[in-house]
Amino acid sequence: MNTDAAMSVIRTSPLTGVFVTLLAYKLAVLFNRRCKGHPLSNPVLIGVLLLLAWLLATGTGYRDYMKGGVMVQMLLGPATVALAVPLYGNLSRLKRAAGPLAITIGFGGLVGIVSAVGVGWLLQLPQQVLLSLTTRAVTTPIAMSVSQGIGGIPELSAMFVILSGIFGAVIVKPLFGLLGLRDDMVLGTATGISAHGIGTARVFQLSETAGAFAGLAMGLNGVVTAILVPLLAPFLH
Amino acid sequence: MIETLLWLVGYQLAGELISRTFSLPLPGPVLGMLLLFATLALRKSVPESMKQNVPRFLSHLSLLFIPAGAAVLAYRDLLAGFGWQLIVVLVLSTTLTLLLPGLLLKLLLARHRHQEGA
Repeated sequence: MNTDAAMSVIRTSPLTGVFVTLLAYKLAVLFNRRCKGHPLSNPVLIGVLLLLAWLLATGTGYRDYMKGGVMVQMLLGPATVALAVPLYGNLSRLKRAAGPLAITIGFGGLVGIVSAVGVGWLLQLPQQVLLSLTTRAVTTPIAMSVSQGIGGIPELSAMFVILSGIFGAVIVKPLFGLLGLRDDMVLGTATGISAHGIGTARVFQLSETAGAFAGLAMGLNGVVTAILVPLLAPFLH
Repeated sequence: MIETLLWLVGYQLAGELISRTFSLPLPGPVLGMLLLFATLALRKSVPESMKQNVPRFLSHLSLLFIPAGAAVLAYRDLLAGFGWQLIVVLVLSTTLTLLLPGLLLKLLLARHRHQEGA
């Protein structure tokens, strides 16, 4: 018997990473159902917490885990492309509201950048952290490449994106309910602008229309932010 | 399922190719989404396999973000250094970026509908 060697193989095998990710997600979905979809039982939030608990309990490092983790993460590409399908399903609504949507997404991109950097500046965060905050609102791949381009720390930017995405996904429904904003197009668009893919995943549970507009807003805000941030970054230097 | 994957991976590849060739700030998947959307709009219909599989695939979108969360572990020192400031920034910025565009769009849509109706 060679239990130690076996355990170490299991801990570092990519298969373990895939299995643990799927299991964490499955348990998170079951928990979410048990809580009747309560916003705090968000599957990304619970799934991440379960995964972190596993990694800490087994002493698995980030790099070892990601050998399997990337295999799941890789599907994000095709999933992003797939958002075109529900968007096409909303083509007539999209056409009717094209003007207001374009204005809103342009404005939202600016709010996303200025609010993060502005609050961070007031709280006297160091310059490199401020630069890494500029891309808080957009999807991870855009955030990392834009942040790198202006002298931020890409990994830190990715972290901000994920944490705010989870927070946005948790509060959007209660917040908009409180304010009486019930239009699915409005809910979806705002979510896509502020909470990118994690928010999009959340509002897909609420309605396909909200999900479709979240996907669109996420993509277009990515464009807006990728253009605006390099123009605004010199003000931080 | 295979046909759906061919569409999705194919459009992502096309997006990556265009993005790299012209050094665009947009990543391949986002460009692929816009290209696929344009294709569907020109084609005026969704292929049967995608019509069936895409909604099922997207219903598990949350799963795909879980690995990224593990990065918290790798950068916990950085995060711990500015703990409360970062929480305030992320909470305020995320909330404002949800609210202001949401309210603006509601206003614009109401005016838009009013004008169309008039």
